[in-house]
Amino acid sequence: MLTAEKLTRQVTSPEGTLTIVREVSLAIAAAESVAIVGPSGSGKSTLLALLAGLDVPSSGRVTLDGQDVFALDEDGRARLRAQRVGFVFQAFHLVPSLTALENVMLPLELAGRRDARQTARGALQRVGLSDRTGHYPRQLSGGEQQRVALARAFVTDPAVLFADEPTGNLDRVTGERVAQLFFELNANSRTTLVLVTHDQALAGRCNRILRMDGGELRAATD
Amino acid sequence: MHAVTLALRSLAREWKSGELGVLLLALSVAVAALTGVGFLVNRISLAVERQATEVLAADLRLESPQPIAERAAQEARQRGLRVARKISILSVVFLGESSQLTNLRFVSGAYPLRGVVKVADVAFGSGVAAAAGPVRGDIWPDSKLLTALGARLGDQLAIGATHFRVGKVLISRPDQGGGFGELAPTALLNDADLGVTQLLQPGSRAGFALLFAGDSTRINEFRSWLVTNKVRGERLLDVSEASPQIRSAVDRAGHFLSLASLVAVLLCAIAVAMSARRYVQRHLDSVALLKTLGASRAFTLAVSFTQLFVVAVAASIIGSLAGFSAQAWLLHALRGLVMADLPPPDLLPVAMGFLTAIAMLAGFALPPLLQLARVPAIRVLRRDVGAPTPAIWLAFGPATSAVAALIYWAVRDTGLFVAFVIGLAGFIAVLAAGGFLLVWLASTLRASVGVSWRYGIANLSRRRGESVVQIVAFGLGIMVLLLLAVVRTNLVSDWRRTLPANAPNFFFINIPVSEGAAFTAFLAKLATKTERMLPMIRARLTHINGKPIEQERRDGPPRGAAVADGDGRRDRGGTSGGTPGSNIGEGFAQREQNITWTDTLGDDNRITEGRWWTAAEHGKALVSLATEFQEGLGLKLGDQLTFDIAGEIQIVTVASTRKVKWDSFRPNFFIVFPPGLLDAAAGTWMTSAYLDHNAARSIAELVRYFPSVSVFDLDELLTQVRSMIDKAVLAVQSVFLFTLLAGLTVLLAAVQATRDERRYESAMLRTLGASRTTVMRSVLAEFTALGLLSGLLAGAGASLAGWYVATHLLELKYSFDGWVWLIGLAGGALLVGSAGWLATRSAVTQTPLGVLRGN
Repeated sequence: MLTAEKLTRQVTSPEGTLTIVREVSLAIAAAESVAIVGPSGSGKSTLLALLAGLDVPSSGRVTLDGQDVFALDEDGRARLRAQRVGFVFQAFHLVPSLTALENVMLPLELAGRRDARQTARGALQRVGLSDRTGHYPRQLSGGEQQRVALARAFVTDPAVLFADEPTGNLDRVTGERVAQLFFELNANSRTTLVLVTHDQALAGRCNRILRMDGGELRAATD
Repeated sequence: MHAVTLALRSLAREWKSGELGVLLLALSVAVAALTGVGFLVNRISLAVERQATEVLAADLRLESPQPIAERAAQEARQRGLRVARKISILSVVFLGESSQLTNLRFVSGAYPLRGVVKVADVAFGSGVAAAAGPVRGDIWPDSKLLTALGARLGDQLAIGATHFRVGKVLISRPDQGGGFGELAPTALLNDADLGVTQLLQPGSRAGFALLFAGDSTRINEFRSWLVTNKVRGERLLDVSEASPQIRSAVDRAGHFLSLASLVAVLLCAIAVAMSARRYVQRHLDSVALLKTLGASRAFTLAVSFTQLFVVAVAASIIGSLAGFSAQAWLLHALRGLVMADLPPPDLLPVAMGFLTAIAMLAGFALPPLLQLARVPAIRVLRRDVGAPTPAIWLAFGPATSAVAALIYWAVRDTGLFVAFVIGLAGFIAVLAAGGFLLVWLASTLRASVGVSWRYGIANLSRRRGESVVQIVAFGLGIMVLLLLAVVRTNLVSDWRRTLPANAPNFFFINIPVSEGAAFTAFLAKLATKTERMLPMIRARLTHINGKPIEQERRDGPPRGAAVADGDGRRDRGGTSGGTPGSNIGEGFAQREQNITWTDTLGDDNRITEGRWWTAAEHGKALVSLATEFQEGLGLKLGDQLTFDIAGEIQIVTVASTRKVKWDSFRPNFFIVFPPGLLDAAAGTWMTSAYLDHNAARSIAELVRYFPSVSVFDLDELLTQVRSMIDKAVLAVQSVFLFTLLAGLTVLLAAVQATRDERRYESAMLRTLGASRTTVMRSVLAEFTALGLLSGLLAGAGASLAGWYVATHLLELKYSFDGWVWLIGLAGGALLVGSAGWLATRSAVTQTPLGVLRGN
């Protein structure tokens, strides 16, 4: 469903060329959940960005349901994300000027859905925030903000969900609650999940764990 | 989701972040500055346009310095045309001890033939159309005259040998010109009363006019008749001839004020650029997020554009409303100088304001927004990734184009455009260099001041670029205001002081030859010092070296330009006594001149070429010319000039040219003949004298004895000039107040741009143990220092520019005024200090914990 072939990402710095991701190849099946773990600076977030088409590789290719992601231009990749991809970030990344409901409506509306408001209400209800629809992000706690982000991620029924440290900004108790919700939603929607995390417990909930080190994929654990 | 929906939905929240507020303020100030001036000029221009057919109060007008024969009026009546008469004469009007030199206009019952006379019961009141002109025994003084005399309705005003009752207040008349009034006030009287005043004597300076109106065919036929039948000295005016000069005067004043308001617009543009930069910085994350969620580049651009467009529309509305109020204030400031009865403006200035707002956004906000749309989506994961650096042409091209377009719109003249751009660029470069120097000098003082000042000054040095921009913005605003004050002081007050103590302060003209001796004797009793008495007669130059003057002008157009008088017609007075007008060249060639004859060359005249006549040359056909006249017409020694003097032709040879010291305030003439040539011609006499304050009261008595004599009180004229200059300066200063407001928007934008930084720094300082008071003091110190530096720059700039303007442009002695510096320093410190403190206060009073936690 999601494949990467010899994916490499290099950047030039004053010290010379730096390879952040080196010839990574992988294949993730539909509805599979995969955790990418590794120490800081190992290239796991860059790999996630490349798989999601947020960044462009120096070489290699990524396909999503057979579609070569980098054969599309920037706007084409954006369209693909709007239709097929969801995201959850460590820093929540809610739009501060929109209410919780409007934040959840945003990807639906970008994808051209007419039932955005109704669907978004349902999504917020599923994450237990039906009484917070009119609140702005600043008026919500960290856990609530991440639940809004989860609602936003799942509301479009994406084929693939990319999550970058989804509980990294939350305290332990809240983090566990959010993680619980996250995997429940994923199980219900049968979404393919690519998760980047330091948290071994969180990674352990996935079907497979990929370990990154020095930009290379070292080993895979089922 | 539609980009417009998202943009509007998030606009309210965006507003709270601040930079949209600053953007709105900057654009509103710019629009207000432009539309304020625009509305004013628009209203005056509309008045001029609407008055085009009324400017003569007739369809056709025949003017002459001599009484016009009844034949023309009879002919017009026979042709079925309506006819009115108007005689204008300058004389002094008295109310008790108060007196005022006034343009008296004696009009017949049919006046005006076109347009209406508006009157009221109080000065500067709202005028209503008068059904008929003043009845016999009544006078309708204008608001200026009524105010100057302190008169009211029903008061008796003395003119010449009789008294008149104030019947109404004259608010406007159709032939008063395009908005700009005359120096002396005006009063309307019934022409049947002219005789009893005894103002009109043979040779008196008066203007006679016959007004004609009727259907266009008859008017055209009558015009042809007049062209062939009018006598020498009579001048025919129709609408096409009367209005362009006023329009050009309005245009010139409009261009000047537009340029003045443009300085504010350009400063606001800096604030727009600063706000846009901050807007972009704050939106990097949300644009990256939108792209991550699937938004295209066009979509993110559309969101930003929509928000800015809404701001532009709001700024246009707010700015136009403020501009309209500003225009009302400007009109109030110019009261008496501009006619009170202007038509309402059209919407053109609003459109111009909106276009300006769009141009400013396109020039200064578009480039960063285009970059914003290029932020890569990866920024959601890597905060260090920002927008790519724009190409040079994109960063500066639109801004330069917008500024150029705005300046060109204001001047509409390529030469002036280039001069203004170079001048402005040079001026700003000098100010910026001064700003850098001052910031550097201030930073050297850091070691010798307390902690608050040290931290405040350190902030100025650290944000050197922003500091200099703010110093230049405020310095420019304060400087222009100070400069206007300096120039006004030098121009109005000091000029009179530089004259000798007993320089003549009264001029007397229209002294009948028969009363010359009696007048001299009477004056000698009153005056501390009397000057020479010279004969005065009108003459028209018809040929130069045998060539008719028209041909001479065609072959080689003379230099110089003519000025329009209050009636919107070319000044034909040419009063040679007193100071010369600037109307040389064409003006000299076109109009009648006052000439004199004398055997003595005054010590205020110096021969520059040729020689003064000897006794043996008295009665010879010679002439001596003032250099202004000689240069204006390109004449040289030995040229033969033909003059028509009251119908008699005199051909004379240029024997000498003279440099005349006009500010001696003694009788002087451009054209002087030797005695014995014109002695038989009928004329009047003129002289000047110095009268002390007490003797000046006896002028009323003098006028009663000699009613035909016109008295010019120089001090009074100076007071009127001062009042006019004060009004004009106040209006220009009002326009430049927008420059200060623009400076404030730059400050707000700069504060806004550093808001997060300031919040963090103040939290750090307070965490390290600084009290809230210490932090507040350092903020106050920073902005007070900024204001002091701006004031210093403004004081220095105003003094230097004031010196240049006074000594080089106005040729006055410059007097240094230390107050300019003090006011600059105090004003700058107060204005910038308090504004900066108020703008920053909320950012530095938050709790350290909240800030450091990122709330």
